[in-house]
Amino acid sequence: MKNTKRNKRSQTGGYPAVKKKQGFAHWLPFYLMGLPGILYLIINNYLPLFGLQIAFKNFNYADGIWNSPWCGMDNFQYLFSSNTAFRIVRNTLCYSVVFILLGMVLNVTVAILANEIISKKTKKLFQTLILLPHLMSMVIVAYLVFAYLSPNTGLLNSIITSLGGEAINWYQELKAWPFILTFVHEWKGIGFGMILYLATILSISEEYYEAATIDGATRWQQIKIITLPLLKPTIITLLILNCGSIFRSDFGLFFQVTQNQGALYPVTDTIDTFVYRGLMVQPNIAMSSAAGFLQSVVGFIMVVLVNAIVRKIDKSNAMF
Amino acid sequence: MITRERKRWSIAGNAVLGLLAFLAVMPFILLVISSFTDEAVAVANGYSYFPEKWSMDAYRYIVNEKATIFRAYGVTIFVTVVGTVTSLVITSMLAYMLSKEGLPGRKFINFMLVFTMLFSGGLVPSYMVYASVFHIKDTIFALIVPNMLMGAFHVILVRNYFTNSIPRELLEAARIDGAREIPILFKIVIPLSKPIMATVGMMSAMTYWNDWQNGLYYLNDTRLYSIQNILNAINTSVQFLASNSVSGMKFSDIPSTTVRMAIAVVGILPLIIAYPFFQKYFVKGLTIGGVKG
Repeated sequence: MKNTKRNKRSQTGGYPAVKKKQGFAHWLPFYLMGLPGILYLIINNYLPLFGLQIAFKNFNYADGIWNSPWCGMDNFQYLFSSNTAFRIVRNTLCYSVVFILLGMVLNVTVAILANEIISKKTKKLFQTLILLPHLMSMVIVAYLVFAYLSPNTGLLNSIITSLGGEAINWYQELKAWPFILTFVHEWKGIGFGMILYLATILSISEEYYEAATIDGATRWQQIKIITLPLLKPTIITLLILNCGSIFRSDFGLFFQVTQNQGALYPVTDTIDTFVYRGLMVQPNIAMSSAAGFLQSVVGFIMVVLVNAIVRKIDKSNAMF
Repeated sequence: MITRERKRWSIAGNAVLGLLAFLAVMPFILLVISSFTDEAVAVANGYSYFPEKWSMDAYRYIVNEKATIFRAYGVTIFVTVVGTVTSLVITSMLAYMLSKEGLPGRKFINFMLVFTMLFSGGLVPSYMVYASVFHIKDTIFALIVPNMLMGAFHVILVRNYFTNSIPRELLEAARIDGAREIPILFKIVIPLSKPIMATVGMMSAMTYWNDWQNGLYYLNDTRLYSIQNILNAINTSVQFLASNSVSGMKFSDIPSTTVRMAIAVVGILPLIIAYPFFQKYFVKGLTIGGVKG
């Protein structure tokens, strides 16, 4: 097997020389083991790709995916002639950008600060508690938000009225929701987001910091010169991953937390909630499939593009 | 050596993380207190950290209607256990195959796997395939199969662990002793991979426990509802409680303001109890697998 290793190192594309000696029977058990997983990939991930064609079809359930008549770009024209197209794209993109950038800054900051806590026990306790919301489903989060924002029984309105203010019907209050959703998103995600960076920080050798301390560097300087540069690969990798999903939104956040309130759609309707409604609530497969198709394709282009950019800057940070 | 500057940073860290921890926990406390609040008080004064009157009525209602809630609990537990175990088996088998050096077609299958993380068809075609090709609607499979059974990210985590942490010589020795590949995987490799199995298994179990989307997409039959689907249905319409009442309670008799909170508490209780035991696997798993995959 050592032979295989050497071959693997020397070769670039083909298979190691060992292959010639090994017949199909030798590999068969491995293929059999991989089979269920591969089948699942085909069913769950690849078969639906053929279904993408309904974005170009005048779909009806009787004829199904294959036999519905083609209609060219009609669905896309139909989608873009409506006002919703602009609205859902704008909302999806704006929230994504804010979530990605704000999340990155907050997560890195909190991870660095967490690492500064001297007491290991306190650090672990805080970390455990901050991670708690990450465990919860968006349905539960919607309940928690409702306890504060319910127009009749919400805690926030109780406080406002007891201070002499006027109760606010939060689930109709357009202006508040970009902030509420951003807050909820960060509240739920910061524990997990922080851990990704904290893991990297913990893997940095203590010696760097000791050497820097001996040279008289302040803690702030150490963070700037040691921690942040060493976090860069993680930051960039996560940025790529996140940019790849810039055209996707957290369906649960926009559907559950807003209680799916129609009045809020101007600021909370995203591609995902729109696609869901078009598929299940008020069937409009034409628009729904067109929006979904755009989401998939643009999402893919984004990942490849961002990765190419990263590759140009620093090859070792690229994903593929 | 702890300098005064180092201490100051520690205080800042404590302050910020303490605040975040406080923010993270407070809503859950409000949820629990709300569920123990007297219905009339909750309706009149709203949810509060300091209710004027406490009551167990919400939980009494749940016990009364246990047929609905327990059934949903059963569905959730069944789906979580079956889904997680199946997921672990499929994931580790594929990962084992992909960790085998020199396997013809390995690169292609690897690409097939990674590609699913880059490009996905999205909800519409996926729904069409599951609903009209596999007729998954209103079956228990709807809660197990779509999107959750195996994720590329998990396969990559496990594959990396197999390649990096299982000594190749050990497998060679087993093969020389005449062991077959399937027993090697299940009797040698997997027992040696407990940390990654625990991590991936836990992430998968959490996904199943928390899933409400598949139920929303594929279920009309309320008997198949998991606890999350029940919560979702109540959120959409509190009337759901009355229409599924076994004891024939009228909607006006249900302490709905507090019951919805009590059901949420019941839904998250197992997670909160189990949490301290599996918390470490989060950090561990991410450190092992690396973000890069």
